Amino acid sequence: MSATLTKSAPTPGAGGGTPGRGAAVRGALGGALRSREIAVAVVLLVVVAVATVRNDSFLLSADGWRDLLLTPSILLLLAAGQMMVIVTRSVDLSVGSTMALTAYLTGRLFIDVPGIPIIVVVLAGVALGAVLGLVNGVLVAYGQVPALVITLGTMYVYRGIMLTWAGSDRINAGDMPSGFLALGTKQVLTIPLLTIVAVAVVAVVGYYLHTARSGRELYAIGSDPDAAKLYGLKVPTRVLTAFVLCGALAGLAGVVHAARYGTVSSGVGNGIELQAVGAAVIGGVAIFGGSGTVWGAAIGAVLLVTINRALPILGIPDFWQRAVVGALILGAVVLDRVLALRQSRKYDEEREG
Amino acid sequence: MKFHSKRATTLVALTLAASAALTACGGDDGGSGGGGGDDATITFLPKNLGNPYFDASSTGGQNAVDAFGGSFEEVGPTEATPDAQVPFINTAAQQGVGALVISANDPTALGDALEEARDAGVKVVTFDSDVDAEYRDVFINQASAEGIAKAQVDLVAEQIGGEGEVAILSAAANATNQNAWIDLMEEELAASYPDIELVETVYGDDDDQTSFDKTAALLQTHPNLKGIISPTTVGIAAAARYLSTSDFKGQVALTGLGTPDQMRPFIEDGTVTAFALWNPEELGYLAAYAAHALIDGDITGEEGDTFEAGDLGEYTVGENGEVILGEPTVFNADNIDDFSF
Repeated sequence: MSATLTKSAPTPGAGGGTPGRGAAVRGALGGALRSREIAVAVVLLVVVAVATVRNDSFLLSADGWRDLLLTPSILLLLAAGQMMVIVTRSVDLSVGSTMALTAYLTGRLFIDVPGIPIIVVVLAGVALGAVLGLVNGVLVAYGQVPALVITLGTMYVYRGIMLTWAGSDRINAGDMPSGFLALGTKQVLTIPLLTIVAVAVVAVVGYYLHTARSGRELYAIGSDPDAAKLYGLKVPTRVLTAFVLCGALAGLAGVVHAARYGTVSSGVGNGIELQAVGAAVIGGVAIFGGSGTVWGAAIGAVLLVTINRALPILGIPDFWQRAVVGALILGAVVLDRVLALRQSRKYDEEREG
Repeated sequence: MKFHSKRATTLVALTLAASAALTACGGDDGGSGGGGGDDATITFLPKNLGNPYFDASSTGGQNAVDAFGGSFEEVGPTEATPDAQVPFINTAAQQGVGALVISANDPTALGDALEEARDAGVKVVTFDSDVDAEYRDVFINQASAEGIAKAQVDLVAEQIGGEGEVAILSAAANATNQNAWIDLMEEELAASYPDIELVETVYGDDDDQTSFDKTAALLQTHPNLKGIISPTTVGIAAAARYLSTSDFKGQVALTGLGTPDQMRPFIEDGTVTAFALWNPEELGYLAAYAAHALIDGDITGEEGDTFEAGDLGEYTVGENGEVILGEPTVFNADNIDDFSF
């Protein structure tokens, strides 16, 4: 577990990945990691502040306030799921395709089963996502093939299934009940409902990872899979669980997408898997597993989406906006590396001194 | 890890093969080797699949092929990018189809692939979005670019009362026809509506979510905006969805090119009052007839060639091998229910 402190460098002195080694470790862990989340949150606040100074409707108009909170909700769900998988030293590239399938399922259910209760559709979306995640999980955990390869394959397979199923069909706003579409913009005390759902999910995931034994074991597995196995952790079961949860959240994201955007075409979620990975990395989740918090991934997701929305207001031309996002990810990775080096140098000094 | 690499490779190969099989989903390859004649295959290659606009044009193409006899096939990529179209062009050339009817994602990038196909005896008809004239036999133009640009400018001018700020929400930044229309719209605005100012053009990449977010950004960036023109079916539907749930509903006019099925709810709830489009079914129908005429040798793509296009009557090939379908149709609350595509 000590490896978690070195962030992206999981090897140096990686101990026994002992879960629950006491509150002291946990406290120190929290302290070291929290600084990263605060840094990202500060950047986020600066972006919002600058955009608001430039154009006060970014934050202060009713639409601006709603969009600021609402737009990140889909990526929040995906980043929370992705983060759990990355912590176990895997990655799930199929979440965009999973989302496309569940978004299409959502529309299809409303068309084929008139009057179907909305909650049934939501559960169906989550269930389908979980099944697709299960396929990934079984292949990765028991097939012993790197997740990058497996999920790259399932990314194309799931997308192919969606295209075959949908054919040239497309779900239009008119195909879905207005009660469902209204959920896409419904607000409770000015806070959009979908944002509340996303934040609640992040909170539950955060609580699970922080306190549940199985949640802590995910970190141990990512820190040092061999040590985790030697210690007697059920590595395949835990990895499988992470993929199922990630798939279920991607499934929920698909339903949310249908409610928010009102149309489902073949391109839904194209490339969003990389945004989810990017959000986690920006938020300080080490790409080689074992460290990071879901809060970091969540703030990273909000930052990524908000920067994209703020750049046009700041007058950055359309063409440069992606480059800025790329620079942000590179910056986060470089920062990670620098911090990790500094940390390991500190350990070396302590050891020698 | 090395121990498992063989299994990994097999799995990748399997999944990739499976996905290729799923996405390509082409019909039978019963092309009769470019022999001309009545049973030649006509392959439609739209910009992307799952796009209702191209569904309608393919329906029209199918109807035409059914009418004159032959076999119809539709293939296409999931994403509207030029590199995604190339493998489909190569496959059609290898199969020796009679004609390829394509809506191009780029005016030049497809040139080499199309040239190879033509060398193999495949007739190339472009529709909706052209390539450079040297790479194809005939281009079926939905309407003259001037007519399309003018129709949209007139619609927005009427809806905002002839003055104020407007913006354009386009498709990809390198989309051939959108860019041509935008240039002409700018000229038309300058010439006929000096009080209307075009403040910004943004690109939604023909993606629902991107177009949606760009609409939100437009409305925030330009508080005095009075109208949005979206000359793309994906863009206008996404913009309408955003507007319908925003404070700007009814205050910012939205018009452009859309399909009646997509836009029906937004016409009904008053977000949009009128929009335009040619009839894509007729466009596909005409393109298939042009392909048929090329295969039979009735036309070669020379200016002045004439051919019969079934129910649509006789058409003449114009300058640069272009055939023009006609004027765009305007859809509003009165007539939208007469159309379904």
